[in-house]
Amino acid sequence: MTDKMQYERPVIKPLNTGLMNKFGTRTEYEPFTHIDGVAVADIIKEFGSPVFVFSERKLRENIRNARRIFETRYPKVQFAWSYKTNYLNAICNVYHQEGSWAEVVSRFEYDKALQNGVPPDKILFNGPDKTDSDLELAAQNNSPIHIDHLDELYRLIDIAAKMKNKPRVAIRVNMDTGVYPMWDRFGFNYENGQAWDAINKIMATGKLNLTGLHTHIGTYMLSAEAYGVAAYKLADLAINIKNVHKKNLAYIDMGGGFASHNTLKGSYQTGADSVPPISQYAEAITTALLNAGINTEELPWLYLETGRALIDDAGFLLGTVISNKRLADGRRATIMDFGVNILFTSFWYNHKISPAQPFGNYTEDCVLYGPLCMNIDVVRENVTLPPLNAGDHVVVHHVGAYNISQSMQFINLRPAVIMIDMKGKPHMIRKQEKLETLERDEVVPDYLSKFKL
Amino acid sequence: MKLKSNVAVSDSGFVFNAATGDSYSINPIGQFIFNLIKNGATEEEVIKHILKKYSVDRPTAEKDLYDFKKILESYKLIDTTNE
Repeated sequence: MTDKMQYERPVIKPLNTGLMNKFGTRTEYEPFTHIDGVAVADIIKEFGSPVFVFSERKLRENIRNARRIFETRYPKVQFAWSYKTNYLNAICNVYHQEGSWAEVVSRFEYDKALQNGVPPDKILFNGPDKTDSDLELAAQNNSPIHIDHLDELYRLIDIAAKMKNKPRVAIRVNMDTGVYPMWDRFGFNYENGQAWDAINKIMATGKLNLTGLHTHIGTYMLSAEAYGVAAYKLADLAINIKNVHKKNLAYIDMGGGFASHNTLKGSYQTGADSVPPISQYAEAITTALLNAGINTEELPWLYLETGRALIDDAGFLLGTVISNKRLADGRRATIMDFGVNILFTSFWYNHKISPAQPFGNYTEDCVLYGPLCMNIDVVRENVTLPPLNAGDHVVVHHVGAYNISQSMQFINLRPAVIMIDMKGKPHMIRKQEKLETLERDEVVPDYLSKFKL
Repeated sequence: MKLKSNVAVSDSGFVFNAATGDSYSINPIGQFIFNLIKNGATEEEVIKHILKKYSVDRPTAEKDLYDFKKILESYKLIDTTNE
């Protein structure tokens, strides 16, 4: 067998010079065979296919790089890891080891952060759904509570009335930052005075300790300037609080939303070409804060809840080709062993996909399907790839954000997740699901336990 | 499976249909198959040649040749009327 040539499917492609097509041009020129020195084929051999792989090296590089970029521009910077972006404990702990606090949006995430050992006063509690019990616990623990709406504010005032210590709170502020659509669903609006009204209510009760201001202006923000506008408006509120209520705020929290290098569906340029680097976001935010007119000694801490931009490119999904087929309209279709149930982000990204073994110079336009018996299971609608044979491996790039936390157990069991450590050693950080995993919490009433067919 | 007389293939994998003016690019194994068809090889003979030259199992080679043949048919590059 060894003296034979490597097989590639026969391919013929019409040449349509100068015509536009929806597949675009070829993007893959080299096979992607290793992640941090570990062979893709070896990972699949040991842990199965599909399998998620995270690079610890890249995770640490990203947070260190982001910290350096912000800390060189502003004196007081604190990152808080956005749990919803990826809350596997091993991942969270990498960020905690790098000095990041936790940013959570539910009791489940709050408990997870506590269990990971994050000191409660370093857990920022966001989100619109906090029960009385959640608020009580967070208040007792001295965790900063970011108030989302008036109902929550009034409930928290009631809770605080029964407590000795004043709960630490911030209000969530939404605003027009010049981008569309405007995210006005979280918190209180700046322009129509809701935010200032909420601040006055908090100060008037005397039962809450207003320590900060928070905003979450959007997600996958392609405009760094919008952050500058937001930082300026929050700084304006902070100055008004100082002038009217004689109180210095401890922090301004700019939330998350920095874009990663994925390519959004419908965008003309690739993500790598159109997304601002973190330094641009940093420049916009810190310039606005430093120039807003706040006394240098009284500058608030800058909190950042960056998720996606810190983790997307540290995550890979390795998979295998199940089969090829020809669709009725002549398009080539390739069926992969991973689908939208574990690659949720394929609904809004055109993920970069690389073959993991050597290939020839010829490419084919094709559609990539997942293995689910559902019509919606399309990983890429149009992609130009070298001919792939059944059994070939591929690597999907930039899958670190949201795919683990939003994955669905649907039709197939969810795969294992691996982290390659700083020395190039793979560690399993989540086992592959088993039937028992799913049935552990199921209850079948006795009368339904037997049947005859 | 017979190549139409108005179809030309260059050594670099460029296919030209003089009857329609359409041109195509073809990968090396496609070119290998094209040349076999040009020299009058039957499907079974083409499969045997592929298995001899390339590292591939028979079911894969058969499946891919069948698909390739259908595409060549749809591009009107081969004549299968007598099969």
